[in-house]
Amino acid sequence: MITLLFFAHLQEAVGEERVFLPHFPKTVKELKEEVKQRYHISLKQVMVAVNEEYARDEQTLQPGDIVAFIPPVSGG
Amino acid sequence: MNERLFVITDKPISVEEVIQKVMRPEAGAVATFIGTVREWTKGKRTLFLQYEAYVSMAEKMLAQIGAEIREKWPEAKVAIIHRIGRLDIGEAAVVIAISSPHRNDAYEANRYAIERIKQIVPIWKKEHWEDGTEWVGNQLETKSYPAGKPEEEDLR
Repeated sequence: MITLLFFAHLQEAVGEERVFLPHFPKTVKELKEEVKQRYHISLKQVMVAVNEEYARDEQTLQPGDIVAFIPPVSGG
Repeated sequence: MNERLFVITDKPISVEEVIQKVMRPEAGAVATFIGTVREWTKGKRTLFLQYEAYVSMAEKMLAQIGAEIREKWPEAKVAIIHRIGRLDIGEAAVVIAISSPHRNDAYEANRYAIERIKQIVPIWKKEHWEDGTEWVGNQLETKSYPAGKPEEEDLR
């Protein structure tokens, strides 16, 4: 199982802050594809963090990972 | 003394407390930046703002900015506090205090800190305008992430 976290407008679009995925895709890229299709959202300009570290598309996922979908940030 | 230097809080920020975190005998300068909630943006009126963060990661990213600053300006000491939740006009959203032996380092490192916050720290601002609401995207408006992620350079 992996945990997905959504923030800001993505959280509103998905309707959940946190989603538990019983299976897990092999890579960040595959997960993004699945999330796009499942929730009908665009992930353009959205960054992904795995266990609180920014991750690239080719990063592989492990059971227990926490994957955050991070829209463009606007702190400050 | 509270030595937590990189903090996300849902309470009002005391500027004096942030400054105290970086005060020390070696300091000849303290540069403080206060980011405040603006009422008017290009003629559009903000009623209040709401900030949200991925708190655990945001604190890690603030600490990373601190590490980057120590590398570039080894004599500087940094404290950064960012507030989340509902903020009214004029309230401080972020306070950055940097002390160093000489003023130039303090000014430069402080500028660097706010620019990096706007690139890598997972905090989002929701504008509550007079006529609706909107999540603000990348405020820099200079940077997009065509690959869907920040480039190596953004992450350093």
